[in-house]
Amino acid sequence: MHHVHLDNWSRGRSPLHRRDPRAKILALIVFLIVLATTPANASLTLGIDAALLIAGILIAGLPLGELLLRAMVVLPFSLTFGLISWLAGDRLRALALIEKSYLSAAAVLLVVGTTSLPALLSGLERLGAPRMLVLVAQFLYRYLFVISEQAQHMRLAARSRQGDPRFHRKGRFRAAAGALAVLFARSYYRAEGIHRAMLARAFTGRFPLLGSLHFRVADGAFLLAAAAFLILVRVQ
Amino acid sequence: MTPLIQVRGLYFQYEDGTRALDGVDFTLEAGETVALFGANGSGKTTFVLHLNGILRGQGEITVCGMPLSKETLPDVRSKIGMVFQDSDEQLFMPTVLEDVAFGPLNLGSTPHEAIHLAEAALEQVGMQHAATKAPYHLSAGEKKRVALAGVLAMHPEILVLDEPNTFLDPPGQSNLVHLLKTLPQAKLIITHDTHFAASLATRAVFFQKGKLVADGSVNEVIQRFNWNYSALPADLRYSAQRRF
Amino acid sequence: MHIPDNFLSTPVWASLDAASIPAVALLARRASRDLDEARIPLLGVMGAFVFAAQMINFPVGIGTSGHLVGGALLGCMLGPAPAALVMTAIVAIQAFVFQDGGVLALGANVFNMAIAGVLAGYLPIHFWGRTKRRKQAIFAGAFLSVMASASLAMGELLISGIAMPRPLILISMALFAMSAAIEGAITVAVVEAIERLNPRLAQKTHASSGRAIVLLSAAAILLGGVGFLLASSAPDGIQQIGVKLGLAAKTGFHAPLADYSVGLFESSWLRRASAGLAGLLLIYGVCLGAGRWIGRQRSA
Repeated sequence: MHHVHLDNWSRGRSPLHRRDPRAKILALIVFLIVLATTPANASLTLGIDAALLIAGILIAGLPLGELLLRAMVVLPFSLTFGLISWLAGDRLRALALIEKSYLSAAAVLLVVGTTSLPALLSGLERLGAPRMLVLVAQFLYRYLFVISEQAQHMRLAARSRQGDPRFHRKGRFRAAAGALAVLFARSYYRAEGIHRAMLARAFTGRFPLLGSLHFRVADGAFLLAAAAFLILVRVQ
Repeated sequence: MTPLIQVRGLYFQYEDGTRALDGVDFTLEAGETVALFGANGSGKTTFVLHLNGILRGQGEITVCGMPLSKETLPDVRSKIGMVFQDSDEQLFMPTVLEDVAFGPLNLGSTPHEAIHLAEAALEQVGMQHAATKAPYHLSAGEKKRVALAGVLAMHPEILVLDEPNTFLDPPGQSNLVHLLKTLPQAKLIITHDTHFAASLATRAVFFQKGKLVADGSVNEVIQRFNWNYSALPADLRYSAQRRF
Repeated sequence: MHIPDNFLSTPVWASLDAASIPAVALLARRASRDLDEARIPLLGVMGAFVFAAQMINFPVGIGTSGHLVGGALLGCMLGPAPAALVMTAIVAIQAFVFQDGGVLALGANVFNMAIAGVLAGYLPIHFWGRTKRRKQAIFAGAFLSVMASASLAMGELLISGIAMPRPLILISMALFAMSAAIEGAITVAVVEAIERLNPRLAQKTHASSGRAIVLLSAAAILLGGVGFLLASSAPDGIQQIGVKLGLAAKTGFHAPLADYSVGLFESSWLRRASAGLAGLLLIYGVCLGAGRWIGRQRSA
């Protein structure tokens, strides 16, 4: 599954991996803003941004081809709208749209590929995201694949029992609803089980967190350098 | 010697009125390992959930000399380490280390101390190499060991294990037996596996419809209730291997 | 319906980010007051459930199948504020982990799907969820939820100057309506199946929502409705408004591709940027103030 790749990628030890997640998030935002505000015909700027990304991917030791492939998930959307813009006569805008949205996706992949999700969430919390939201996202991610696997098993089981798909549409609809109800119930009971396990280990009503992020000189230097470079390139 | 656990007249009813526990008396002495047998739904899990106050019924429960009450709950929960049947419900933090440190942090350790306790517990179960891993990537046996580490980090005096053999393959089961034999705590083990019980426990109790109907040695209880996997009728046993 | 980065013009994505931040903060505070941290695993698991549920196929026609989006289902089961919080987490994870939706556009996507979508879907359920017309209320809620988020997304794209010929817009709106109807059918079916399975689960009554939530829900529906009407009746109109207000990106439909337009952009960049920043602070302030006012109303 997709996430497995991200989990593996984020276990590296490159200089990028070791940066504080806050520095990476802020650098990402600067990159994205610079990209978003770059006019359509500034191809040199776009080229330099792309080169910077590729350099980052190589420094991080991430599989370049695979990452660039995964960034294509945004293409269906951008190609459709790009095509419309192209046909409307605005070719430059069309190309820019496709390039920029692809580069944005690749940039996000680079950051998420060098930061484990719990670290990313910690960084977001330190940057001001509400604690409740961050904790919910943390639990969501923890159980995302467990429950998705359950759903896949149910799908497989349903398909094994299915007759000719042309018939019994209403029955299959109700069966799918039933499957979701079962998945819902199991998820609910799972949450109750988690709660019991929390209580058994003396849960006090507030989640204790180990997390200590240390913003070091290297992180500051990285952020300043990245931001300065990007803004300079943009304003040229 | 004061018993570690003393239960007197425990009654519990679910919201819909079903009597899950119908007057249970039970005692656990230091150093004992007791197996809890009984059919599914006979009250075994419901019973152990009362010991650390997750469920509240009527009756008296005393743990390590402390009567169970709202004030003593945190202390009781540090004395009883409970390992649940579903390890995925127990390992709910993003990484192994964070999960094992959860208990000590709740009991008031600083992050620094909690990490030490967690690392020591992980070493005790042989999972120290997995500290930064996500629970999703562990096998069933590894998850069970990490769950055990999570309670060992709290330095409990009593271990309660709810059907620990579920999902474990034979090597996993035998590893678990070896591991549990190294732990000095008194143990309560809910299990259907009589071989597993016999290799660890000296005493067994039998639950039936919310009542404790037997309390004796493991073999006595097994034989009295015919509670054995080889309780299959003779003509079914090994029938697949017969030639025609 | 997840808008990627570089589709919305800067003023649009930035002001939606500015609006979403206080809104999410308010939701989080509201949710943490109603439920203590012990309920966080439930919310997380429900979020994971919605993700997984999106995998299940619901056959709706010859060779076509629909999927659950889940905003209304969550609202029904958890209450509007927790549901909106869970949807926010879902949208955020979709953006970061799956690149489904942009990072700068996160404010827009959260606003469309987690805030407006969930709130719009909640109104019918609030009024008729416990009456005989429960089934219809749930259907209406799910329908409104999808229509509101889709219309808002469409409106945002158009006002950003994205080129869309009118027939395409109308077809899109028709597709939205179909998805909304499918969402309605699926949500009703699933809620009924849950009730059959275990009535106790379906009755998890959440604290009955105050006036503020009802007002916000109505506002969400209105917003979505206005967006829908404008988009379907005057798509070019929206684009013109966008261009006039300066919200649409400079190189629009008819602008010549000469360099001088870029030069213009460059020289007034600073002026534009500071005006934009002032506008953002204004929007942020308004949303923050509104949030505080709502908070005071509730505790009164």
